[in-house]
Amino acid sequence: MSTTVPVKAQMSGAKKQTPEFVQLLDPDGKRLSDELYDPWVSDVTGDQLASLYEDLIIVRRIDTEATALQRQGELGLWPPLFGQEAAQVGSARTLRPDDFVFSSYRENAVAYCRGVKLPDLLRVWRGTASSGWDPFEVGMATPAVIIGAQTLHATGYAVGCTFDGVDSVSVAYFGDGATSEGDVNEAMVFAASFNAPVIFFCQNNQWAISEPVGLQAQRPIADRAPGFGIPSIRVDGNDVLAVMAATRSALDRARTGGGPTFIEAVTYRRGPHTTSDDPSRYVDPLVAKEWEARDPIARVEAFLRSEGVLTDELAASIQARADEVAAEFRAGCLALENPEPLSVFDNVYATEHSGLARQKSQYKAYLEGFDK
Amino acid sequence: MTELTLAKALGSGLRRALSDDDKVVLLGEDIGTLGGVFRVTDGLQRDFGKDRVIDTPLAEAGIIGMAVGLAFRGYRPVCEIQFDGFIYPGFDQIVAQVAKLHYRTAGKVRMPLTIRVPYGGGIGAVEHHSESPEAYFAHTAGLRVVTCSTPQDAHSMLREAIASDDPVLFFEPKRRYWTKGEVDEDATALPMGKARVVTEGTDVTLVTYGPLVATALDAAVAAADDGISIEVVDLRSLSPVDFDTVSASVRKTGRLVITHEAAESGGIGAEIAATLTDRCFYYLEAAPVRITGFDVPYPAAKLEDHFLPDLDRILDGVDRALGRVNSLTGWSA
Repeated sequence: MSTTVPVKAQMSGAKKQTPEFVQLLDPDGKRLSDELYDPWVSDVTGDQLASLYEDLIIVRRIDTEATALQRQGELGLWPPLFGQEAAQVGSARTLRPDDFVFSSYRENAVAYCRGVKLPDLLRVWRGTASSGWDPFEVGMATPAVIIGAQTLHATGYAVGCTFDGVDSVSVAYFGDGATSEGDVNEAMVFAASFNAPVIFFCQNNQWAISEPVGLQAQRPIADRAPGFGIPSIRVDGNDVLAVMAATRSALDRARTGGGPTFIEAVTYRRGPHTTSDDPSRYVDPLVAKEWEARDPIARVEAFLRSEGVLTDELAASIQARADEVAAEFRAGCLALENPEPLSVFDNVYATEHSGLARQKSQYKAYLEGFDK
Repeated sequence: MTELTLAKALGSGLRRALSDDDKVVLLGEDIGTLGGVFRVTDGLQRDFGKDRVIDTPLAEAGIIGMAVGLAFRGYRPVCEIQFDGFIYPGFDQIVAQVAKLHYRTAGKVRMPLTIRVPYGGGIGAVEHHSESPEAYFAHTAGLRVVTCSTPQDAHSMLREAIASDDPVLFFEPKRRYWTKGEVDEDATALPMGKARVVTEGTDVTLVTYGPLVATALDAAVAAADDGISIEVVDLRSLSPVDFDTVSASVRKTGRLVITHEAAESGGIGAEIAATLTDRCFYYLEAAPVRITGFDVPYPAAKLEDHFLPDLDRILDGVDRALGRVNSLTGWSA
């Protein structure tokens, strides 16, 4: 059964959440009420939530397929987002096309939501290009691999938006590990000083490769931002609805001249750091089991079923759709062509550089020697 | 034509750039109300406003990183790094982001940043205020690196740097900030990528740039008294290097001396020597000679005269290139 009625909180038995940790869907799929954040998602209908559910299923399916492609030797590396689907989808789906995202390398679900074409997600990981897409086509910069560097770019972009008199917002995605980097702290100083319309969206996935978040922060990460003069929200990053509510409130602040917001989305990296990593060396299986019980997809599924929105039939069709996307994703990967050898010299500069022109000319002559 | 100090010529270049293109914005520490610690940006915030001439928090990575974001938004930022030795906190943003973004994005994202750096010694300063870090940046693909030696070049090269669609590290010889010279804002300038033969000669090619161009010219005058004819080449651009101009000179003189303040090992002089040996091997009458700062951290002010190449050390190098008696005659390792 489908519904266009907004997803209302169940008042009976609903627990009042403190603003310190925003949760609207608990791990069992129970809708909790929250005075502050309910209004931000009061328009979300059952169908819309089902659409978010479909996104979650698809991005998990893509992620699984990419890991398989890496294991089969088709990708050099892949950074799985397994477990972080709600944090990424819930935030990215609230953005407008004219907003701009500056992310790190694990935000493939964000990229998917921004409209990045499937094969473009894989160019970097297959090694056919240094980045996958045109940032200006999708409103998302190509990922920064240097941890935290992009938070400053987001801040500068946001300041540019205020200069231009537009209400576009930039969003910086980064992880708990990045919060120890100087760049992230400098970005918060600059954003506060210039009242920049930027959202610092921190996915605290509990791990920076093998280092637990406790090595980066002795208090909740969200507690840092107020010290910079930036309001912060700590949200259940595995709750797509709560993430959406938190992001919408931050977007509204940014668009109306209220400046930056810091969102800590508390989530869990259920997979390895990358396909080169071996989490069995540092992850306690019991803790991983606890997080499995807080999975971002299961709770939406439970809620939608309890509401009668998700039927077996719909679930099967969503799964079929995800499989189709995965097949397209795989085919797109295998169709990526290797770059031409001399393109190694292209685009280092916007205008010709005589030193590089000489190297290119000499290497071209060298390569042509093989044809003689 | 007006007579300006090199610092004022830079300021007039910035003023023209701000007037000509409303996407040009200046960012830096103390560049607004104060006008910069060297007063290069004097009066610009007053005339163009706080959104065009931006005093930033004290964080070099922040300044560069914010400029990257502004460039994404279509702006043409000009960053001032207060002193050479303060650039290292911004090094990551420069070499890992600014230099690589155009390449990384297959040309989709341009980084038309200009990063101004007062550099070099000779002003009796404390640590971190007298360094010559240009080689780090000349070694980095994706950056253009230039340095001026006259007020006219300061003005016109800075405007060209700002108009460039590539990121430019613009090194300003701080001890020459007060050197005066004629500046014609509308002069047809020699492109910033070209070297200039400053004074012609026939016996030795003396290659230098930035603060040592004036010293090299003094050396040429002094050598002439001994009947030695020095051709001084001001490189102006360190990436790319205009090897055609340097080669033409060396083919004429057969001898090459390179001088810079920066340390010897891995420096610009090493690159010049290697490339000119390659290009002019059969024209060279002697091995190229480098007269540079030593491979030591920049020393205390009372020692800097022993660190910096001066007229006498340059002339000693010229003697070495000519096979005349010199300080190393009879010396062996």
